[in-house]
Amino acid sequence: MTKPKIMMVSGAVIILTLFLFPLWNITLEAPQYPTPLGMDIYIYKFADTHPHDIKNINLMNHYVGMQEIPETIPEFKIFPIVIIFMALTGVLIGFFKNYKWYLGWFIIMSVLACTGIYDFYLWEYEYGHNLDPKAILKFTNPDGSVMGFQPPLLGSEDILNFRVHSYPQLGAFFLGAGILLCLFAYITSKKNQKNTLLS
Amino acid sequence: MKKTFIYLFMISIAVTIINCTPKTKSKQQGALNASAAEKVYVPPGEHDDFYAFVSGGFSGQLAVYGLPSGRLFKIIPVFSQDAEKAWGYSEETKPMLNTSFGHIPWGDAHHPDISQTNGELDGRWVFINENNTPRIAKIDLTTFETTEIIEVPNSAGNHSSSYVTENTEYVIAGTRFGVPVPQRDISIKEYKGNFKGALSFLKVDPEEGHMDLSFQILMPGFDYDKAHPGRGKSHGWFFYTTYNTEEASTLLEVNASQNDKDFIAAVNWKKAEEYIKAGKFKTMPTRYAHNIYDEETHTATTKWGKEVRVLDPAECPGLVYFLPTPKSPHGCDVDPTGEYIVGSGKLSADVTVHSFSKMMKAIEEKKFTGEAYGIPILDFETVNAGSVKQAGLGPLHTEFDDKGHGYTTFFISSEVVKWKVGTWEVIDRKPTYYSVGHLMIPGGNSRKPFGKYVLAMNKITKDRYLPTGPEVTQSAQLYDITGEKMELLLDFPTVGEPHYAAGCPADLIKSKSKKIFKLEENKHPYVAKSAEDVKVVRNGNEVHIYMTMIRSHFSPDNIEGIKVGDKVYFHVTNLEQDYDVPHGISMIGANTSELLIMPGQTESFVWEPKQVGVWPFYCTDFCSALHQEMQGYVRVSPKDSDIELSWSLGDE
Repeated sequence: MTKPKIMMVSGAVIILTLFLFPLWNITLEAPQYPTPLGMDIYIYKFADTHPHDIKNINLMNHYVGMQEIPETIPEFKIFPIVIIFMALTGVLIGFFKNYKWYLGWFIIMSVLACTGIYDFYLWEYEYGHNLDPKAILKFTNPDGSVMGFQPPLLGSEDILNFRVHSYPQLGAFFLGAGILLCLFAYITSKKNQKNTLLS
Repeated sequence: MKKTFIYLFMISIAVTIINCTPKTKSKQQGALNASAAEKVYVPPGEHDDFYAFVSGGFSGQLAVYGLPSGRLFKIIPVFSQDAEKAWGYSEETKPMLNTSFGHIPWGDAHHPDISQTNGELDGRWVFINENNTPRIAKIDLTTFETTEIIEVPNSAGNHSSSYVTENTEYVIAGTRFGVPVPQRDISIKEYKGNFKGALSFLKVDPEEGHMDLSFQILMPGFDYDKAHPGRGKSHGWFFYTTYNTEEASTLLEVNASQNDKDFIAAVNWKKAEEYIKAGKFKTMPTRYAHNIYDEETHTATTKWGKEVRVLDPAECPGLVYFLPTPKSPHGCDVDPTGEYIVGSGKLSADVTVHSFSKMMKAIEEKKFTGEAYGIPILDFETVNAGSVKQAGLGPLHTEFDDKGHGYTTFFISSEVVKWKVGTWEVIDRKPTYYSVGHLMIPGGNSRKPFGKYVLAMNKITKDRYLPTGPEVTQSAQLYDITGEKMELLLDFPTVGEPHYAAGCPADLIKSKSKKIFKLEENKHPYVAKSAEDVKVVRNGNEVHIYMTMIRSHFSPDNIEGIKVGDKVYFHVTNLEQDYDVPHGISMIGANTSELLIMPGQTESFVWEPKQVGVWPFYCTDFCSALHQEMQGYVRVSPKDSDIELSWSLGDE
């Protein structure tokens, strides 16, 4: 097996680690939470960073009228299928197809990843802005509009008494690494091709 | 002549003033005190190095302090009702105070002892005895709650208790008062020879810590004052000080102080096990309460013990020996190596030390000087290892550091005296304020003492604090014992009278401390874990409310259909699963205490409404920003009303 082939196959396999590691984490810090509250987002579930964190995030959020973090969302059914499908096609391409297919796989996977992030943003927006009109505490922005509580997509932000952190986790890094590995497989393979032609 | 005398008198006063004034000043404001303050200062947000579990004495409870700061963290209710925590008031904890005499709402807590493995503190449980109605309690050090109380039959004045053997095989309980065994109608004048002193051995389950009254040794009717287990080479033995070997029943202060020497009773409990195994016991009918609190049902239940196995030392050779010890000895302590047994004759100026090896040799060579009720009395000179001479007045208790020193309290001369084990020479003495009883070095009664501090516990404080009427606080004093000389660091008030304490490095316990009870593990018969479980059920005139609480509401919070004459049970589950978020509940007119319910826990109280009306209940623990809104109403209708039961929350 050639080096690019190995890279393509392993790149496609690596993205399966999304079933082992969380993609993203949102953490809420406040003085009365010396152990911060956190939620790990996997491609198929929301998970407590420490036991009962999501329950306690919901308890905090109900004061400002936010909806509860759902047990599950439709994406948790779709994402795993997409990932399994892409990993499988990636492996097949690696074994049976030439390097031009590598590029195709890379582009599709990148588009899918971007769509996923955009979908996450939409969910966050909805979660932070769909507030109960009978909320116990109502806050307005300086311009008079209703204050939203959307966590940042990436980075850290102050929301009322909480400092909110939103950062990619091991799963996201493996996904990125997998995709990049396939891109390198394409580049290396293309270079080899040229060298073969020249010699 | 008269003039000369007055002249001399005035000079002596002047000299005294000149001599004393600057000294006193430097004592109180010197650099020494500044460094003492630094040694006990634990900055805000930082933790103490040691836990100290200090007996609450006649409060019946156990107080948890941090050392070196002396800060009070918690009072664990044990033998007395505690309205703050509903201990002995809630339906779940009422059975914990059951005894063969009925429900007893108060107890006299004495000697806490931490469980051990291989002779070292393991930080799993604290055991503590109740003196008045003989009982032993077990406190779980993951929840810091009392989870078991067992009554000790055939006993009265449960004082030489509750000490653990070096692998927590047994926790022992000894009687201070001789009593007829079994109890019967007999003239008090017939005390001598007829009254007995029971020494009890409670087997401890190595996993759950449950206690089981394994057997008793029926000793002569002396007063068994204090006890300590052997360790290391003397593991398998237990030592008890005795007084009133005169067997007096009246004016004991005189009549029990006549014998020049009383005894330390050395009990070979491994031998006792053999005799039990060989069937050398009698089974006596009796009745005692055994109360166990279950962490999953959050409920205590009482089982009744009906009999006890009893050994008679006269019929069991090699089981007990008496070591003559001057003079009405009180404290009975064993050094970390297990070689030395220290008896503090409280009417003597000396501290008497016996040698375990010498004792074994004397037994082998039968160096007996007589016997008492069939129990051999060993020759004093043969077993004695030495004594700490003229160390002070009224020695009471001794603990040990990890460098071969003993520290003994002297009640009458109000001081702690440091001496060297083996040479018995006095190294240092420091005053206490005042009338010190027990003292404690963390691990100081185990094989591995942590010789950094000694905590002395005082019976009397007089002028030491701001006065608070005729009753002033008792206190504890912390000394640094890392140097050659002891240094007084801190002086702090205690809850009740601090008989003994047990100390432990914080790291052994703090990581195991529970934060919540898991809701999914709650097996309380009246638990409500979600909205579907919330209901109100009538059964004749008994009404059971399955209620939940979470920030910041009760469910249900409106209830109608209750009638005058009903017996209404509130069964309330705290649905929180967050650390340090208890909720309370109290009902106007309920003849009981509030409930204070931990996350994941269910507790119940009974309310018997006597008046028609609409009556509120509310959360008693400031739980959240909306705590003041956490309230509800119950409508009470006349006895003959036909209003149906109904309940609701919000706009349902």
